[in-house]
This record gives sequence, C-alpha cells and structure tokens, in this order.
Amino acid sequence: MSDDTIRFTLNGRDVMVPATTRGHLGDLLRHEFGETGTHIGCEHGVCGACNVVMNGVVVRSCLTLAVQVAGAEIETIEHLGNDRDVAALQDAFVARNAFQCGYCTPGMIMTARELLNGNTTPCREEIRDAISGNLCRCTGYQAIVEAISDAAESLRETPSE
Amino acid sequence: MKSPEFAYVRAESLDQALRALADVEDAIVLAGGQSLVAALNLRLQMPELVVDINHIPGLDLIEIEGGEVRIGALVRHAQLMSSAPATKALPLVGKALPHVAHPAIRNRGTTCGSLAYGDPAAEMPACAVALGATLVLASADGTREVPAREFYAGLYETRRASHEILVEARFPVAPEGASAVFEEVALRRGDFATLGLAGQVHVDRGVVAAFDLVAFGSEPAPLLLDKVADIALGRTPDAGLIADLAQAVAGEVQPMDSPLATVAMRRRQYRALAERGLHASMEFADV
Repeated sequence: MSDDTIRFTLNGRDVMVPATTRGHLGDLLRHEFGETGTHIGCEHGVCGACNVVMNGVVVRSCLTLAVQVAGAEIETIEHLGNDRDVAALQDAFVARNAFQCGYCTPGMIMTARELLNGNTTPCREEIRDAISGNLCRCTGYQAIVEAISDAAESLRETPSE
Repeated sequence: MKSPEFAYVRAESLDQALRALADVEDAIVLAGGQSLVAALNLRLQMPELVVDINHIPGLDLIEIEGGEVRIGALVRHAQLMSSAPATKALPLVGKALPHVAHPAIRNRGTTCGSLAYGDPAAEMPACAVALGATLVLASADGTREVPAREFYAGLYETRRASHEILVEARFPVAPEGASAVFEEVALRRGDFATLGLAGQVHVDRGVVAAFDLVAFGSEPAPLLLDKVADIALGRTPDAGLIADLAQAVAGEVQPMDSPLATVAMRRRQYRALAERGLHASMEFADV
C-alpha cells in the first residue's frame, strides 16, 4: 500500500525503498539509486531509451509504476558489463560508430541483447523489426543495424565458454 | 510528464480486486499498463485508485478446449505469440501479433488489456470482432459474457462497466482450411495503424463458405464489413471477385477525418490492402 516500503532485487542485491505511487521505475532507478544508464526519453513508451530487464524480459521502465516492482528482479545496463552478448554489442557499436549522441544506446543494447538471445542469426529485416520500438533521434539506424549484425556474427564465431 | 497522485492497491485475489473496484467509483484496472501508464504519465487519466491485478493467481493461462482458445486476463502478447498451439488454432491472431507494438511492449502488455482498452488502432479488438470472440466480464455481482461484436461502442468506449474486469477472452478455433487476412498501414512496424484489415476467410469445395472481415484504425471501433461478406458468400474466388470485394471494402468503410490522410486516400488504401490480403488468403485456399 501507499505508505509502505517496497523490496526488490536490483542488479543482484536486495534493496528497499519507500513506496510512492506517483512515479515510474525509470525515475526510481535514477533518483533513488543513481543508476543513470537508464535514460528517460518520452515517458509514454514510444522511444525505448528507458528499457530495463524485469524478471528476465525487457520492459519499458517508464510504463512500469515504481510500486509494481515489489518482489521483482530488475537489471539495468550498469549490471550487464560482463554479459557476453552485451560485450559483443558494445564492441560492435564502437567499431561501427553506432551512436552519435548516445542517448538511445542503453535501450538499443537491451533490445538487441534480447533479440540475440532468441535469434543468433538475425537478418537485417529482423533487426530493424526488433529495434522498431527504439528511437534514435540522430537517425543513425544504419550503423546500429550493422553493429547488431556484426555482434551476432562475432558471437557465432566465438564459442561461449 | 509525470503521473498524477493516486492510491494503489496490489490485489492478491480476484475478489479483492472486484471489491476495490466496486467500492471506489473512480478506480481503474492495471494489467500490463502499456497503454494505461502512458495515459497516466500524460495525465489523460487521473483516477482516484489504481487496482493492480498482476499478482492474482490463475489469470495467466492459455487453454484450448471444446473448440475454443481461452485467454486469461494476464496473458501477455509475447506469451500468446510464442504459444504454438494458440497461434495454430487462431491463425489470424498469430498473423496480427507481430504488428502489436514492439517486443518490450509485448513482453508486458496483455491481450485482454488491449481488448478492454478499445484503442481504435489496436489489432486485438479487430481480431476479436472478426473471429466472433466472447469476452467474459467479472464484477462483485457476478460474471457475464458479451460477444466482441457487441462490445465496442466507439472511440475507447466499450460495454465494460468501470467496476468490471475482463477476466477472459474466448476465441473459436479456426475451422480446418480457413485462412487469415491481416494487412495494415503504419508508419513503421509496431506503430499505431492508421488503417487495417483483419479477417478470416474459408473457401470450401471451391466456394466462399465463411467470410468475416473487419476494418480498423480509421474507424472509431472495429467495423465488421457485412456488405462485403454478402457479396463474397457462396461465390467462387477469382481475380474478378477479389476486385469487386476490394471495391466494396472501400465503399463500406467510414474513415474518420484525420490530418494524416484524406478520406478518399484512405478508401484507396483500403482497396489496395483488400486486394493484397484477399489474393494472399484465397490463393492458398483449396480452390
């Protein structure tokens, strides 16, 4: 209820915050925990910059009320530095220069990671479809698509340990 | 923008949720929240109470029995999309789901929530009307069933009372040999459709035995195209029939005025979509 506290798992550790009904998960992560890798763009679900992982799947943190995460497991981009897929995506994004301002990048990486988890050989059209919910206002989509495709290729070539 | 203040209750049982909805007049149901939380953030909705149903057990089931696919209130679009038995039983739903928003939205958004919200651009209400689904509404007073074809009254307007929860949608399993028609016009895949067609066509022994086609996106609510069906039923599909049907679709729709497209342009788009969709669905039928 409104005046209680909520507990959840954030990036592998148990945390507790006062529950306020007003406010979404994205603001909670940034304001209470300083996890500013989650970017707030449109706040109505259109841009994808605020994507986080909730209970194993990618969701919009702006469309999740902060109180709803009680008992949930949340992962943000900060936690995924050692993730094999994320590392491959980061390398490919750098190599392809797949960002200009970089605001959309954490959300793009989250979405691309989920795509590569379910599909190790995505074609260009599948990549474009997967990132259709992530806006890049610098409109650097071509480089982003190429980077995701490169990351998929390098993951296929490097067997996981 | 940020949402206004509201009270929040996480319901642990259906009874608790229904009682909360009965007690507070200005209360709303939160399932996937992919439309609702956006509407809260934009302050298009300013409810007194939000009733979160995500933790009510037993509402996340997809069951296929007695010729029906039963979809519970907490079944996410992604869950339905990855259920091979469900999309095989409902080819139209399987064809439409990839057009429902984007992966992150489908991970969270529920099919029943989309049905209850009644967004004119949404794909699931159009599929429910085309397939003649039945919607089950629960309240503190009991349960009632409403045919999807009677459920939608206008823009975001449905027959659901504010104290009711759409607990289940029941879709009839497609008959053997029926094929799905799904086409839409959107700025990008997953974006809101400006217009679209959803339907199921059954060609049996060379003649059209069943024909249910719905126009959506440009209309205030899904529009079942009865006049087009009257032309199709009993006929043998060929290029001439499809051209006649496409023309009839363009004539029967009543597109809303929009800054995106004139009414005349939308009729032309409908004709093109109908030609494309009906050719694809009838060519694969046993003619």
